[in-house]
Amino acid sequence: MSKTIETFDLTKKFGDLVAVDRLNISVEQGEVFALLGPNGAGKTTTISMLCTILKVTSGTAKVNGFDIVKNATQVRKSIGIVFQDPSIDDRLTGRENLYMHANLYGVPTSEQKPRIEKVLKLVELEDRADDILRTYSGGMRRRLEIARGLIHYPKILFLDEPTIGLDPQTREHIWAYIQELKKSHDITIVLTTHYMEEADKLSDRVAIIDYGKIVVSDTPAQLKQTLEGDLITIKTKDTEKLSAAIANMMGIRGTHIVNDNVEITVREGKMLLPRIVDLAAKNNVDVESVSIREPSLEDVFIHYTGRAIRAEGSSELRGMSAIRRRAIR
Amino acid sequence: MTEIRGLYTLWLREVKRYLRDRVRIVSSFVQPLLWLLIFGSGIGSGLSALHNFLPPGVEYQQYIFPGIVGQTLLFTSMFMGISVIWDREFGFLKEIMVAPISRISIFLGKMLGDCTDALIQGVIVLILGLLLGIRFDVFVFLEILPIMVLITFGLVSVGLIIASFMENLESYGVIQSFVNLPLFFLSGALFPVRGSTVPNWLQAASNFNPLTYGVDALRTVILGSAAQPLYPLYYELLVVFGFDIAMIVIGTLAFNRRK
Repeated sequence: MSKTIETFDLTKKFGDLVAVDRLNISVEQGEVFALLGPNGAGKTTTISMLCTILKVTSGTAKVNGFDIVKNATQVRKSIGIVFQDPSIDDRLTGRENLYMHANLYGVPTSEQKPRIEKVLKLVELEDRADDILRTYSGGMRRRLEIARGLIHYPKILFLDEPTIGLDPQTREHIWAYIQELKKSHDITIVLTTHYMEEADKLSDRVAIIDYGKIVVSDTPAQLKQTLEGDLITIKTKDTEKLSAAIANMMGIRGTHIVNDNVEITVREGKMLLPRIVDLAAKNNVDVESVSIREPSLEDVFIHYTGRAIRAEGSSELRGMSAIRRRAIR
Repeated sequence: MTEIRGLYTLWLREVKRYLRDRVRIVSSFVQPLLWLLIFGSGIGSGLSALHNFLPPGVEYQQYIFPGIVGQTLLFTSMFMGISVIWDREFGFLKEIMVAPISRISIFLGKMLGDCTDALIQGVIVLILGLLLGIRFDVFVFLEILPIMVLITFGLVSVGLIIASFMENLESYGVIQSFVNLPLFFLSGALFPVRGSTVPNWLQAASNFNPLTYGVDALRTVILGSAAQPLYPLYYELLVVFGFDIAMIVIGTLAFNRRK
């Protein structure tokens, strides 16, 4: 398998803030690659550099064999992107938006109509194609943007938070399109997300990114397997007391406090659970609820970074988005 | 070829958006009408001494008519800059910026589209003038058009350049009136900027105003033999043309900035 994307110490600084810190990733031809991380981790900044709309501070990357610094136009021709924020003209119709895109990317005139009909069909928007975008729902706009990203037959499709702000039903819908795409098109997909389920469900490989650095990268199954065992979550107000009490217990691989929960990674959940609850009672810890499950990517994230992905405040998102907006003109 | 098609696409988009905005088209009648009808007849009849300044045989309303055409081109052109900020706020600018066409095509496509919109406004004012009794024939109309084109190129570019440096709509609005009013007042649109009674500083300032040359060129063509041009027509058009080129170059550079 050949590498479609390869980054070499890719770095982006906004003043003193290092948004992306010597990033080295490689994406194989035909795979779905997910950049998973909290808001402000540097996912969008990375994608923006790979799409050549943001200057790199240092390092570089090859996209489809073209250098993002030296051959920006060639890179642009060979990629499609669905940005995190909407980027369609809401005063035009869906079809007009698609024709505009086809013309901007030099799709031969004779091929435009069949290609546009095809992508409209894929995202099930044929009926609404001649309506002005303003009348579309958020999910429909998103679908149109995905359709648009495919018109010029890109070799790589970048999806920046493809289902952010969408309701669960629409999210499932978009996941289905992405899976369909992977089957029907010979295309590499790079997506960023802070939704664990999304990365888990869609991607062949996941890179967990935090503070601009890749923490770990592997297949979702492999990542979960590294935790090796079960995850016990105990809800209590005395989180500190409980984690101290069980600190020296045999068979415990790790303890993290997340909000009101103590998350305990253990080898054999069913065996250890009664003993942990026992110990809690002996130490006068008031246990509200207990659950036991197999680890998810969320737990992988917690395991490697020591905190929950959702614990990030929304203010950070605003800060980074503000920087991004200023940066991309 | 791809470049031309991309440029055409961006042009078409601006024009489509404009033509679908009925409020903007209707409102474009109002301001010039107010200037011509109220300001023009009020000042013209009220201040008879003013006629000493004007070329002989020219009514005040006739005199300011080319100025109001120029003003319409100026105000609409500057207003078009807002589209850059809108596109950025609503994200569409990213779709354009990530497309594989050159920055100069992006700038020219947008600029030509906005120019077309401004020209449509200009033609509306010309028709308004005919309705108000200002007379010029078809041949004059055909001479006015290319002059209007030349004027809008530079002015639209100025709007786009300023907008590309602005963070939000509000600050653009403020800057816009800072640019609009001085250019308008110092252009000779409403009163002659030459003559023994005109203060020296005002004469000097008007020399640095590209719109002075544009308005005077329009006036020369519209008033015909009655006009008293500041400079020969070819010279004025050359100045406007030079201004256009400079602004297009700066505009392309401004659109080329990436962080």
